[in-house]
Amino acid sequence: MQASDWLQFALFLGLLTLITKPMGLYLMQVLDSNGRTWLDPVVRPVEKLTYKILGVDPQREQGWKQYTFSMLAFSLTGALFTYAILRLQHLLPWNPQDLPGLSHHLAFNTAVSFTTNTNWQSYGGEATLSYFSQVVGLTFHNFVSAAVGIGIAAALVRGISDRKTSFPTRSTVDRVFQPGETSSKTRSTVGNFWTDLVRVTYYLLLPVCVALAIFLVSQGMIQNFDAYTHAKTLEGAEQIITQGPMASQVAIKMLGTNGGGFVNANAAHPFENPTPLSNLIQMLSIFAIGSGLTYYLGRMVKNQGHGWAVWAAMMIMFVGGVLVCAHYEAAGNPIHQQLGITNVDRVFQPGHEDQTSSQTHPTGNMEGKEVRFGLFNSSLFATVTTAASCGAVNSMHDSFTPIGGLVPLFMMELGEVVIGGVGAGLYGMLVFVILAVFIAGLMVGRTPEYLGKKIQAKEVKLAMLTLLVLTLSILGFTAWASVSAWGVAGLNNAGPHGFSEMLYAYSSATANNGSAFAGLTANTPWYNTTLGIAMLIGRFLMIVPIMAIAGSLAAKQAVPAGPGTFPVNGATFTILLIGTVLLIGALNFLPALALGPIVEHFLMGQGQLF
Amino acid sequence: MPHKPASLLDASILVPAIGGSFRKLDPRLMVKNPVMFVTLVGAVLTTVSIFTSQADRGFITQLSVWLWFTVLFANFAEAVAEGRGKAQADSLRKARKDTLARRLKNGQESHVPAPLLEKGDLVVCEAGDVIPADGEVIEGIASVDEAAITGESAPVIRESGGDRSAVTGGTKVISDRIVIRITSEKGNTFLDRMIAMVEGAKRQKTPNEIALTILLSAMTLIFLLVCITLKPFGIYSGVAFSIPVLVALLVCLIPTTIGGLLSAIGISGIDRLIRRNVMATSGRAVEAAGDIDVLLLDKTGTITIGNRMASDFRPANGITEQQLADAGQLASLADETPEGRSIVVLAKDKFNIRGRELAAPHATFVPFTAQTRMSGVDLEGRSIRKGAADSMKSYIEGKGGVYPAEVAKAVEAASRAGRTPLVVAEGSQVLGVVELKDVVKGGIKERFAQLRKMGIKTVMITGDNPMTAAAIAAEAGVDDFMAQATPEDKLKRIRAEQAEGHLVAMTGDGTNDAPALAQADVGVAMNTGTQAAREAGNMVDLDSNPTKLIEIVEIGKQLLMTRGSLTTFSIANDIAKYFAIIPAMLMATFPAIAPLNVMGLASPQSAILSAVIFNALIIIALIPLALKGVAYKPMGAAAVLQRNLLVYGAGGIIIPFIGIKAIDVIVTTLHLA
Amino acid sequence: MMNPLFTELRPAILATLVLGGITCGAYPLLITQVANATFHDQAHGSLITGKDGQIIGSALLSQNFTAENYFHPRPSAAGSGHDAASSSGSNLGPTSQKLHDALKERIAAYRTLNGLTTDAAVPADAVTASGSGLDPHISVKNAELQAARVAKARNLSIEKVKELIIANTTKPDLGILGDAGVNVLELNLALDNVERVFQLVPSK
Repeated sequence: MQASDWLQFALFLGLLTLITKPMGLYLMQVLDSNGRTWLDPVVRPVEKLTYKILGVDPQREQGWKQYTFSMLAFSLTGALFTYAILRLQHLLPWNPQDLPGLSHHLAFNTAVSFTTNTNWQSYGGEATLSYFSQVVGLTFHNFVSAAVGIGIAAALVRGISDRKTSFPTRSTVDRVFQPGETSSKTRSTVGNFWTDLVRVTYYLLLPVCVALAIFLVSQGMIQNFDAYTHAKTLEGAEQIITQGPMASQVAIKMLGTNGGGFVNANAAHPFENPTPLSNLIQMLSIFAIGSGLTYYLGRMVKNQGHGWAVWAAMMIMFVGGVLVCAHYEAAGNPIHQQLGITNVDRVFQPGHEDQTSSQTHPTGNMEGKEVRFGLFNSSLFATVTTAASCGAVNSMHDSFTPIGGLVPLFMMELGEVVIGGVGAGLYGMLVFVILAVFIAGLMVGRTPEYLGKKIQAKEVKLAMLTLLVLTLSILGFTAWASVSAWGVAGLNNAGPHGFSEMLYAYSSATANNGSAFAGLTANTPWYNTTLGIAMLIGRFLMIVPIMAIAGSLAAKQAVPAGPGTFPVNGATFTILLIGTVLLIGALNFLPALALGPIVEHFLMGQGQLF
Repeated sequence: MPHKPASLLDASILVPAIGGSFRKLDPRLMVKNPVMFVTLVGAVLTTVSIFTSQADRGFITQLSVWLWFTVLFANFAEAVAEGRGKAQADSLRKARKDTLARRLKNGQESHVPAPLLEKGDLVVCEAGDVIPADGEVIEGIASVDEAAITGESAPVIRESGGDRSAVTGGTKVISDRIVIRITSEKGNTFLDRMIAMVEGAKRQKTPNEIALTILLSAMTLIFLLVCITLKPFGIYSGVAFSIPVLVALLVCLIPTTIGGLLSAIGISGIDRLIRRNVMATSGRAVEAAGDIDVLLLDKTGTITIGNRMASDFRPANGITEQQLADAGQLASLADETPEGRSIVVLAKDKFNIRGRELAAPHATFVPFTAQTRMSGVDLEGRSIRKGAADSMKSYIEGKGGVYPAEVAKAVEAASRAGRTPLVVAEGSQVLGVVELKDVVKGGIKERFAQLRKMGIKTVMITGDNPMTAAAIAAEAGVDDFMAQATPEDKLKRIRAEQAEGHLVAMTGDGTNDAPALAQADVGVAMNTGTQAAREAGNMVDLDSNPTKLIEIVEIGKQLLMTRGSLTTFSIANDIAKYFAIIPAMLMATFPAIAPLNVMGLASPQSAILSAVIFNALIIIALIPLALKGVAYKPMGAAAVLQRNLLVYGAGGIIIPFIGIKAIDVIVTTLHLA
Repeated sequence: MMNPLFTELRPAILATLVLGGITCGAYPLLITQVANATFHDQAHGSLITGKDGQIIGSALLSQNFTAENYFHPRPSAAGSGHDAASSSGSNLGPTSQKLHDALKERIAAYRTLNGLTTDAAVPADAVTASGSGLDPHISVKNAELQAARVAKARNLSIEKVKELIIANTTKPDLGILGDAGVNVLELNLALDNVERVFQLVPSK
């Protein structure tokens, strides 16, 4: 990495750190049904009207089961809604290119993909979807799947936090409690799904997206309902230029960590990511809410140190990932270097011609990358988008060097807990927090407790269930595909890299990321269906146990903290949490990674081709 | 029974344990431990492969031998832990055998074998009889040798009524005659329960153990998936993974270390309690002890030395302090109670009154009796008595003397200040009052400071008035106190603490302590206490030493720490095992990955074998740690976490690298692979 | 178990309609209105129109150039090459034989075309396909290596061509963000304009 790379990295991390607290404080207001924001004068009436139409009482809190049912009913409705739109797009308006309806498996895959906040692109973007499908079918989910994720995270945090109206004091000593009574003051509810959904959409996502979208247009992003433009190039050929309402969709695609591109090339496309500045802002929007949620966690549990410790654990893994990825991408591919490729001249030195010196440069891997972003911003974006379950790409991960490509793959296999998808990242990380607290909590000689709430068999069972499901889906489907004709037929690359393509696909689908080793031809009945199932598993078989944990913890009475309490802040806890994520979460994928990118790395070193 | 703690390397335990390890291979027993059950299945599969595979038979044979060892070692750990309890159970059983009870029915005595006694039967025991079952003395008083249970040779007094009425089956009456009502069901006597407990026969998994088992089982399932899917992955990649190699990887990855030692840790936790002469009625109670964050401690015996000490002489009008001291000393010379001795000491300290040699026929000692509640000496015509104020008053007035008003006042003042007044009289004249006061035990303040560091709050319970209580509380350094506490107050306090989310431990002995003992999360009944108290608590301290509560908490904590530490160690080991096995598995197809063999293991076969051998041997190596528990120091949670994370987390990552490399060198030297 | 799910369907359907109306109707229309009012050109694709009013292309998108007198963009995997309605990268991996062969061929062609020696180092961007297939930029080094060829084909001085390269180089945003790159379409347009100027002068 060059000096300018370090500067850019520092700028990104600095800005991210700066927005974390304000975002967290804002989330405190948004996720409180009585919270106050500066948007109240405008949005409050609309919010109230919405509750009236929905027929829900925003003040009535739900238990975990009811919250989950509301969420499932809403997701199911949304998935069917989008499925119908995609199948019928040829009959619907805003289709200037007269694109046909989607096949049943592609429509299933895409509907599931957006409902689950995955935004896996089996569809081809500009070549497959009408403006109506993009705007109505997909943008809708970009908003609400993000809002659902944030709501689930908030529900879990509410369950964890000790939401008593007041603490019993010394004077209550004389109060006679019935044996087995837990204290009527502990709330066992986890919030109201509809309130969370509406408030997050109205107060957080929409306002930020409006500002973000306009900014992106200023950088060169398109926003129109025109038909595709027919241009006559300087050499006289015809070039059809894609158009459409892109900025409005891209803003939420980033902020909501959805990642589904308006066009096939996603954020590598000059329209969808015109400048390095737009690139920086897009990366920040991917991380903004997830990062702020850790602050929200700290606030809610009245232990800001805990919020920062979780954030620090995420950041350390993230920085590690970026450095590894950037290093190997900059180091480049020795096979290609032997052919005579030199590095792109990174530093702007017009007129400076010294061919001999450039030959001694290390030569980076530019296949699938854009010149305006260069090696570092491509590596950084790749790590951001996979750490955060976004899935937008500004370079083609499939063409990364083996270890450079292992980083995004690994980030997803961690379970998307490094910042992660909005909400999903936090609740995924909290599963690891619970496991870390359980194992290490025993080490301090007490029944493990997380912020005063005992972690017992039930929580451990549910937490491990989510990990089991994650592993089963990723490894199970990859195993199936790797020995099936339909699986191998979709590969764009042979050898270990082909294996990586399959592993990446199911990791991405299960982790609800959506990015791909895009060479894989996934728009086939088998892939569309299995990937769709993996996405459903990765979303809902995670959420339901997690909501059960939320409910179980909410009903528990918190033990007051003391010197014997397991500390969930500070450096030790951060290290412990990282250790847990790596040892319990990621180690399971090591054999598979060994057969994919790791073997490929060593073979590449020996110049072997497939 | 806790006579002599069995050493870790006692052949009498180790030898039978070897047999036990094989008996425990019964799949019906193994299935209760999913981690080791999977290992067993792996061992069977590998053994079968010896015969089905064409190549590498020597390697596969060695592999399967070590997989069997892994299972056996885990069973051995459990058998050793159980064996230590069994030795103690055997000596207990001897006490139970062959007792013939003298049952009393309608005034008729008949001889009945002890096991046939029913609850509610009355039995007679005289000097030399072994008490046939648990019961309550309803008539008489006797001294009882309880060595069979407590290991303590000094006999104890058991009498009807009051707090010393409980007797335990298997103990021996050494004087007098008592009538006992049997209070235990057949086959469920205290002795029976102790035997069951130490043998681990009725041991149920504790809540944390269940949670941990779930974690380990889920991890096993995950790694099972990892290894099963490797087969199709291999088919795509053109690598033929053989069953024995996949089994080796699986067994190395699943947490066999903690899985193999988990039950041994639990058993030995109870064993450690037993060796401190504490009987827990369930493993759950031991675990709960680790969670305790509020200790209700009786002042007397725990915070202050059980007996009060003379502190002041308050003479009556017309009597000098020295006269009072002299008489007090004389009256106490033959009084071997700590109170009596403290008067002698105080007299010597204050007035240098030397101890005098008194012997019959000049002197006649009048011992303390429950009826008279006074003691003294008749010496050369002098008749000196000391005793409680009210009994002395009636004694004096019975002799026609006058009980002076200023003495009554002094008695009242002393009582108000929380001291015990003893009135001393010669003949019919009251000489004055000797005041006794509480003395805080040495070192107790430091102990409480340690507890505070561990996050445990101490609450002193006393019948004293608030002023006295506050003074002692301050001196002892407890966090809080309850003065003039009735048993009902204790119960209320426990519930209030629990309502705030605390876990409470207490000790008690009286019948009226029973509700509080039952309510407390850990209730330790004194063995000297009533049967009701012993039934209500979930632990019985055979030494009847209230300070033991602190040790119990420490044992509970140590038990949990050992589990957590070994789990961490076990999981951390996986990194090195991956580095040993994964390159070995791929080396034949992809020689390019040689740099991944960071340990420089000699060959793929030796690498896999070394990892499996390490995995098996580490169980054996950690048995002593599992049985003894990890080193425990009273520190705050943050400090404990840091220390254990460093030792067992970082250690768990590093040690297998060294261990596997060392084994590989040996395996290669011996040409085993 | 299913009952509570169905009772929740009513608010679910209503929420889909209400939120759908706002996020898919009001929101994109608002953005479109504001974008058209404030950044009209950008909102419509930063299109470049020729003298005759014919749209030449987008300043943000590459288009294919094969003639010797034009600077050449990076190889493209979009459609059959630079297809602005079908963006795509090659997605070929590091150990791909296909990629290796393609690179070998492109490197040889690049050297031949630009008169480089057979062992001359070739800038990576010149022979690798971009992520979108529509990368409008090439590296400065790549442009400089092509400069001599273009200058010769156009009868321009190499200094003039290099001057134009500098003029059409996009510098990193804020001085540090991203890499410098030369916008090929704009550079080629500038070249055409220069020629027009040259052609105009002698005829006067």
